[in-house]
Amino acid sequence: MNLALSEEQEMLKKAARDFLEERCPKSFVKLMEQDDRGYSPELWEEMAALGWTGLVFPEAYGGSGMSFLDLAVLSEEMGRACVPAPFFPTVVLAGLPIMNAGTDKQKGEYLPDIVSGKTIFSLALLEPELGHDPDAITVEATRDGNAYVISGSKLFVPYARVADYLLCVARTSRQQEGVTVLIVDATSPGIACTVLKTMAHDQLYEVVFDQVRVPRENVLGQPDQGWPLVQSIVQGANIAKCCEMVGNLQWVMEDTIAYAKDRKQFDRPIGSFQVIQHYCADMYTCVEGARLCAYQAAWMLSEGLACAKETALAKSWINEVSPRVLNLAHQIHGAMGVSMEHELHFYTTRARPVEVGYDQSSSYLEAIAQDMGLV
Amino acid sequence: MDFSFTQEQKRLRQEVRDFLEDEVGRRLWKPSCDAWIQGHNPAFTKRVAQRGWIGLTWPREYGGHERSFLDRLIVTEEMLRYGAPAACHWFSDRQIGGSILSYGSEEQKREFLPKIVRGDIYVGLGMSEPESGSDLASLKMRATEEDEVYVVNGQKTWTSGASFINYVNLFARTDSDAPKHRGISEFIVPMDLPGISRIPMIDITGTEAWNDLFFDNVRVPKKYLIGQKNTGFYHVVEQLAYERGGMERLMGNYPLFDALVTFIKETKRNGRTLSQDTRIRHKLAQLQVEFEVGRLLMYKVAAVMDAGRPPTVEAAMSKSYATAFEQRLANTAMDILGPYGLLLGDSKFVPFEGLASHSYLASKGYSLQAGSREILKNIIATRGLGLPTS
Repeated sequence: MNLALSEEQEMLKKAARDFLEERCPKSFVKLMEQDDRGYSPELWEEMAALGWTGLVFPEAYGGSGMSFLDLAVLSEEMGRACVPAPFFPTVVLAGLPIMNAGTDKQKGEYLPDIVSGKTIFSLALLEPELGHDPDAITVEATRDGNAYVISGSKLFVPYARVADYLLCVARTSRQQEGVTVLIVDATSPGIACTVLKTMAHDQLYEVVFDQVRVPRENVLGQPDQGWPLVQSIVQGANIAKCCEMVGNLQWVMEDTIAYAKDRKQFDRPIGSFQVIQHYCADMYTCVEGARLCAYQAAWMLSEGLACAKETALAKSWINEVSPRVLNLAHQIHGAMGVSMEHELHFYTTRARPVEVGYDQSSSYLEAIAQDMGLV
Repeated sequence: MDFSFTQEQKRLRQEVRDFLEDEVGRRLWKPSCDAWIQGHNPAFTKRVAQRGWIGLTWPREYGGHERSFLDRLIVTEEMLRYGAPAACHWFSDRQIGGSILSYGSEEQKREFLPKIVRGDIYVGLGMSEPESGSDLASLKMRATEEDEVYVVNGQKTWTSGASFINYVNLFARTDSDAPKHRGISEFIVPMDLPGISRIPMIDITGTEAWNDLFFDNVRVPKKYLIGQKNTGFYHVVEQLAYERGGMERLMGNYPLFDALVTFIKETKRNGRTLSQDTRIRHKLAQLQVEFEVGRLLMYKVAAVMDAGRPPTVEAAMSKSYATAFEQRLANTAMDILGPYGLLLGDSKFVPFEGLASHSYLASKGYSLQAGSREILKNIIATRGLGLPTS
């Protein structure tokens, strides 16, 4: 057992932090909240040039062939900086599944452009009725000769407007798990994106598919048997998101402690009052727990170990403590924390307990209960 | 980063489990909550010693095995999982041996450590006093230097196992003019010296859990002073980190957790097992999440020790977190058991031999002993986060 990052990972972490502190200040995050595309192609190119978009992809496709754990380290730093960029949908939601489930032809076609930052991907999974089992997938893709034809509505699709491709999870068979993951050219006729106004203004979309034709060769993984692939996409997304939230919460904690040391009332720093100290100690404990269980899951996935339980553990804990940490942070910041003048709101709106609705907290508890043999 | 255990560590864990399974199978003792602090069983300690599991981290020349704190955590985790009666050696193995190793003379190391490792002597703690709890540095017990001895007068309290221990690890004031942190010395005092007496104290569960110890002109030979005179408080700060950062703070009442999970799997109410009730199932799952997080915090403490640092902040964090978990576990058990939770261990109809009622009552002390939750959070805030004290 070794709970420390490697020297290379520390270097990656530091390089990412230095770069993002310079190139992604909160003024930039704010600007991107008001931007129609929600990201800056210039910064995206720089991130690609730093090798971030290619970090986990094999060298054969131009990537660096690094591990999921390395990606976790980078994700934490992106969470710390609230980076407005389509990194998570492109690399985690689409790039990883293409690497893991794509044919050689698909990998050759898509991965080099993901690595170079040339193309942006996203994932169209959730539907208006939500749900976290295969029944929740009702958007149909019907066969028509050598193509599938997709019709229906998907929700909470990140960065859909700027995406070049969408992975669309569609129902192709009446069997319960009869879904297929399709790689859809986002410029195909019949796709309409409408931005959803979210509290973080962070580019989530409704995507309506109206008779959108997708060639059969664009099936990712097995046709009609795509559910295990969806589960693995969700698992990777959850773990990466946990690491991103650890970065969110770490910033919140550090900022709050700095404020408690600086802010004076009754002629002394408020951080000298025990009640504030204990709030801070509670935040620290929550964040340490979050870090350990997020990295445990990331390490296991990285090692190719089964980690459904550890993922559920991380998600349960982080879903629970994220609002707790933010509430404490707001309490310590006083009214300033709910003002747009302060930076805390960037985190309050991003470190959300139910991230993009991939699952509900109770489903993780259910997974833990089943692991305990409670049925 | 690596969250796995080595093959050797897996083997060690399995050996400890096999040993404990065998002990339980032969009914040599019954698993119980708080057995690490209340289960005084010299024969068990002797058998553990024969396996080489006391003083695991200590140098070989004193009988140890020079293994890591992580290895020790594996052993203690299994002892706690089985609710094994390890109180005779627990304190020496956890902190007193370490203090002798850090500050004791060569002669003291040779005198005490091999005996502890063999399970021949048991050492208890003499820290708190009636007027000195969280503010330990204010302690009043006097040790006055004379030619060959320190003459000790005063009272200690909350000492566990005083009817068993052969020695007490004592902290007493040796300079009353110095600032309070700089006038305290550490001793290891034989309990059979003339002038030491005790009065047992009954805790809220009805157990003879502690003792008041009285020292009346006890003449302690100077060879029992540990380290330098007047530096004892600095030893105690380090010792307390070891005292706090162990798995007993998370798993002190683990036998109750185990029993509760089995209980809800097997008990039917309203025509279905309790585990089929989502509310109950999720309560237990929530406890499991909290337990697993606590376990990671505990392993972090061991990692810090193995890196050679006293885990002051990490231990404070893990203890304040984990004892709150133990209390929630006890509360949840009472909630699920309903009126059955009220029954004491020897009562008719009592579920799992009264582990729940015992733990519910005993757990009130979990967040007090070895550093109250409030003191621990002060440590996290001031030492860990650098918040100002005034």
